Amino acid sequence: MKWEVVIGLEVHVQLNTATKIFSGTSTAFGAEPNTQASAVELAFPGVLPVLNKAVVEKAIRLGLALGSKINQKNVFARKNYFYPDLPKGYQISQMELPIVEGGVLPILVGEEEKLVKLTRAHMEEDAGKSLHEDFSGMTGIDLNRAGTPLLEVVSEPDMRSPEEAVAYARALHSLVMWLGICDGNMQEGSFRVDANVSVRPFGQQEFGTRREIKNLNSFRFLEQAMKYEIQWQIDTLEDGGRVEQATVLFDPDSGETRMMRSKEDAHDYRYFPDPDLLPVRISDEQIARICGEMPELPSAMKARFVEAFSVSAYDAALLTGSRATAEYFEAVAQASGQGKLAANWVNGEIAARLNREGKDIADCPISAERLTGLILRIADNTLSSKLAKQVFDALWDSDLSADAIIERDGLKQVSDVGAIEKMVEEAIAANPKAVEEFRAGKEKALNALAGQVMKASKGKANPAQVQDILKQKLA
Amino acid sequence: MTNATLKQLSQQLAAGAVSSVELATHYLDRIEALNPQLNAFITVDRARTLADAAAADAARAAGQAGLLTGVPMVHKDIFCQQGWKTSCGSKMLDNFISPYSAHVVEQCNAAGLITLGRANMDEFAMGSSNENSYYGAVKNPWDLNAIPGGSSGGSAAAVAARLTPVATATDTGGSIRQPASHCGVTGIKPTYGVVSRYGMVAYASSLDQGGPIAQTAEDCALMLNVMAGFDERDSTSLERAREDYTRELNQPLAGLRVGLPREYFADGLDADVAKVIEDAVAELKKQGAQVVDISLPNTELSIPAYYVIAPAEASTNLSRYDGVRYGHRAAEYKDLVDMYEKTRAEGFGAEVKRRILVGSYVLSHGYYDAYYLKAQKIRRLIANDFKAAFEQCDVILGPVAPTAAFNIGEKSGDPVQMYLSDIYTLSVNLAGLPGMSVPAGFDRRGRPVGLQIIGNYFGEAKMLNVAHQFQLATDWHTRAPAL
Repeated sequence: MKWEVVIGLEVHVQLNTATKIFSGTSTAFGAEPNTQASAVELAFPGVLPVLNKAVVEKAIRLGLALGSKINQKNVFARKNYFYPDLPKGYQISQMELPIVEGGVLPILVGEEEKLVKLTRAHMEEDAGKSLHEDFSGMTGIDLNRAGTPLLEVVSEPDMRSPEEAVAYARALHSLVMWLGICDGNMQEGSFRVDANVSVRPFGQQEFGTRREIKNLNSFRFLEQAMKYEIQWQIDTLEDGGRVEQATVLFDPDSGETRMMRSKEDAHDYRYFPDPDLLPVRISDEQIARICGEMPELPSAMKARFVEAFSVSAYDAALLTGSRATAEYFEAVAQASGQGKLAANWVNGEIAARLNREGKDIADCPISAERLTGLILRIADNTLSSKLAKQVFDALWDSDLSADAIIERDGLKQVSDVGAIEKMVEEAIAANPKAVEEFRAGKEKALNALAGQVMKASKGKANPAQVQDILKQKLA
Repeated sequence: MTNATLKQLSQQLAAGAVSSVELATHYLDRIEALNPQLNAFITVDRARTLADAAAADAARAAGQAGLLTGVPMVHKDIFCQQGWKTSCGSKMLDNFISPYSAHVVEQCNAAGLITLGRANMDEFAMGSSNENSYYGAVKNPWDLNAIPGGSSGGSAAAVAARLTPVATATDTGGSIRQPASHCGVTGIKPTYGVVSRYGMVAYASSLDQGGPIAQTAEDCALMLNVMAGFDERDSTSLERAREDYTRELNQPLAGLRVGLPREYFADGLDADVAKVIEDAVAELKKQGAQVVDISLPNTELSIPAYYVIAPAEASTNLSRYDGVRYGHRAAEYKDLVDMYEKTRAEGFGAEVKRRILVGSYVLSHGYYDAYYLKAQKIRRLIANDFKAAFEQCDVILGPVAPTAAFNIGEKSGDPVQMYLSDIYTLSVNLAGLPGMSVPAGFDRRGRPVGLQIIGNYFGEAKMLNVAHQFQLATDWHTRAPAL
């Protein structure tokens, strides 16, 4: 049987506020356990939550970027359950009336764009951490993370493959960083994904029974976990078994998912509006102000790049993968007037090199200005692509400008027709066998001759001219 | 000194006729002598109180005294107070020394008031008789066989027995007004949001409100001046300019429209209580008030609505007492769930458990709409009843409770009977309105009966005006029990 995969994601985006969602306690990561937990996070008798307004602003930013509806009255609710790292015995979250509803996130699957629908995004507080290592027979509790503001972004079950789901997660990850509302650090838990996965026979309308994979903190694990889970579900169904609704965990060591709790153990969270917090009211003026403060969004920037710099839609999508990359590209494209070339270099050599060295565009050793210098020399034919690559390497490892490197290393491309003709004639004379082969119809032999010319010029001859002149001479 | 009011004590201190240390010693001695009978206190710390009194005297000598500097007072054990055990009447918090102070405590400290001790109360403020305290029942100073009312029974009994001139209290469904009524003292529950709940251990967040209990309306006004005010740490605290609650005390009552809700004088009201209220109304009429017949048709629904909403909120407010971070933890347990279960089974008393169970039930999946949501709709109806009533009158008068104080043990086996006795107070909390109880007479057994005055939103000054004028004309509030 042919199976169709259905995936929806719930992403916990940690908002980068200086203080916690319901108190003035710092949110900085990495402090000694329980040093960033005030009476509010410790849930001392009598303490009360006071909403951090920055959280609301950041949630509105995301809602506006996704084209969602901003609920101008939204309500905090209590989600009740017992766990040692949940000090109040309830999590303050939103149930009915979340701050953000609906919206779409465009993703790129291969070269195709797809729109994934959003269900909602709501504000909530994080819980603390239970520490099981270093405490034999006991559990340690660190409440530094308790009360850290989260935005839980819930998608519709719109994704049909792990690749789509990963593309969605990546797009959301880059968007929240683009908007400056999350630091995106997945290792520190700033961006965590739960995946709801089910399969159904192709053509069937109803969804299959889903299982939820919790707390995936890397795109690689997300993909591995979904692939394993999908295969497990298909195997189970094809063996005549049934998939029961459950929550599962992914074990990166074994690459497998395993059951955490079944539907029978599901909690009754007894949601109800938190009486300690009044409904959040958002005015038209506030939304208008935040609208005015929004950066240009990736989709708008993408369209503009295609329009203004004549780059392909695919290239534009890559360039707008992060705000820093987009800004870098735009600076180079503007200054050089060479949009296409700039796109090729930013998406090509720069991306590859950064990737290889595990660096971010912000740490790129070649400034936009220095890359512009290189591109100008390519555009005016001073550099062949091969020489350009050589200059690029030198740029990476020094502070010199492209012109200074060309000057220092004598890398100017030779485009002087007379000089090239001379070298071509020498090559023809020295390689009679190749000439014979070419005349016998072996096109490849031309390349061997051209190679000889390039070698003789130490790579500086203009390769296009070499080809042209060779053809002329042999005609 | 024994029967002196807050106002009188502040004058005596200002005149140098008495020192704070003398006052503190006087009250501490009385507490030592009388509290064994009354059980109105959970904690008394003589050395600490005397040190605070000495500091107050020093401040006064240095010319830094405010109106109430050096006046002794008592805090209900529900208000967190730095360095003091804050048990909330529960075994669960028997070992809890608060590391911080409630807004109300901070305000009292800033005004220079000193703390004599911590008043007994029903566990987590759940109760109408003060029989639900882990520290034992409080006795009514007028009759040691009678309950003092609850949940602020310790505060009311302490003021009635003249163990303190004033005490803080809280009112979720009548817990200031009902014990004030049963103990023959004056207590006011302000409009919801006027007094910060920060540091007040939560029972039912949307209903809880702090206020003072004292001998007179004037003292209550002075205390409200200290306790009320915006606090940014409580999201439900109202941002309003500070007001002087004494400003209208001396207004004549001529032209005042007092509403008498039909439903408050129907079946179930004790004849003696009815007579006391009628006499009080007659006194106010004599002063020029006009009586208006009004109706609060949904009064009866306030009991089921309250006993859904309050337990619902309480069930989650009390989840934090799980034995993990502070407070009681069971000594032996198999695993985490067993630890939670044993801790909570040992730490909570029967009434608290009953309300946690009811609250969990009404919020549970499939019952939410039938109970919690329905109760919220009733709450709206009740608020609308009052809104309509206040178009016809300035204040509403009625009894606080259907009877004067009942006997200890009389209703403790029948929680529903106990809940029914709150019928005249609950709706005020559901609507978020201010209300107070003023001593107005005694029943045939000599137990005090209070007159309830219900005001419109932010009508505290008007209520205090009515109460003060009544107290100028009567002496019920000056009568003290023989102990």
